[in-house]
Amino acid sequence: MDGAHDMGGVTWSGPVAPEPDEPVFHAEWERRAFAITMAMGMPGGWNIDMSRFAREDRPPEDYLSKSYYQIWLAGLERLMLERGLIASDEIEAGKPLHSAKPVAKTLKPDDVARVLHRGGPTERDAAAPARFAAGDRVRAKTIHPPTHTRLPRYARGHIGIVERVLGCHVFPDSNATGAGENPQWLYTVTFDGAELWGEASDRNLAVSVDAWEPYLEAV
Amino acid sequence: MAGQDHDHHHDHDHSELSETELRVRALETILTEKGYVDPAALDLLIETYETKVGPRNGARVVARAWADPAYRARLLKDATPAIAELGYAGRQGEHIVALENTPHLHNMVVCTLCSCYPWPVLGLPPVWYKSAPYRSKAVKDPRGVLRDFGFELPESTRIRVWDSTAEIRYLVLPMRPLGTDGWSEERLADLVTRDSMIGTALPKQPHEVA
Repeated sequence: MDGAHDMGGVTWSGPVAPEPDEPVFHAEWERRAFAITMAMGMPGGWNIDMSRFAREDRPPEDYLSKSYYQIWLAGLERLMLERGLIASDEIEAGKPLHSAKPVAKTLKPDDVARVLHRGGPTERDAAAPARFAAGDRVRAKTIHPPTHTRLPRYARGHIGIVERVLGCHVFPDSNATGAGENPQWLYTVTFDGAELWGEASDRNLAVSVDAWEPYLEAV
Repeated sequence: MAGQDHDHHHDHDHSELSETELRVRALETILTEKGYVDPAALDLLIETYETKVGPRNGARVVARAWADPAYRARLLKDATPAIAELGYAGRQGEHIVALENTPHLHNMVVCTLCSCYPWPVLGLPPVWYKSAPYRSKAVKDPRGVLRDFGFELPESTRIRVWDSTAEIRYLVLPMRPLGTDGWSEERLADLVTRDSMIGTALPKQPHEVA
């Protein structure tokens, strides 16, 4: 979706502001919001692409006025409400009002290290050979899906070079909607600065995105 | 994401709790009482990313690459197993690529769409990495970003920005500072800052760590 989350190249006021000796979390609620989001992935049963869509699919003024972990929290609430794991009257009341929904499994303390160490690899066996090879010229398609996509707007319509073939990976555009993993070949595609930003661009700049095959067309 | 909540109230005075704090407490209570989450597992998740998984891991990887040419070659060829040799793997680092800085090429990593970041080697991302200014500017004016960090890259140095749009995570391998011949890996690791592995800074110089 063309949302406020897709920030690449937008002219934004203000410099980047690094914080010296920044702590991992800035408040206790951030710790808890991070942890319940991580832990709910298992009983919730959603995937990372569904999580990302739940965070980004909101009005720009909402997305831009929330801090990072406030967005995580809003995304988590939405995923749980959609699945009937919690109800909005429970959030208002601050306590359970309805019986729990049966869940397949929950995250136990003994599982934490193993689950984190295993992660969630996205590479899959390929059903067909890769259409492109390193060195090929490709154009990022002009697409504006209302659903989740990982092709940023600033790259759409522009011509780049396939720099690396990264294997066949779960396709977020399908995975986010519940349509299945639909694995697709993934490529690092590199664009010259002037191709993306015009004649005023830094002459010594190149920018890459990692793009799945359905995002690309031969030129 | 303007409203970063820098709330540091730890005095348990409920009258001072923000709406967000109250909401998080309410959610945790509901999820715990419904049996969806185990508070001990939550504590362990937090402890892991506050004390175990952080940029010191990445610094050890970089220091080994500086000290051991065979390791450096393995890291640049296929970083995920090379990093796993040091015990670092998993969540948000399932597929890692290492990017080598040279006198002619400077690499910088961003996630314009959200906050993708190589957790097993760098931990959780800092606020600036997730902020609108960085995500918007890094792909268009990366030299301007470096100036925000107080460092000027020579115009002749090519700059290469990697937007983490998929599940591939990127780790910058900065150049080894001069004057560090014969240093142990542990000592070298002290030179490797988090930002130097994102590409928004250079490693420390020997005189900075004494």
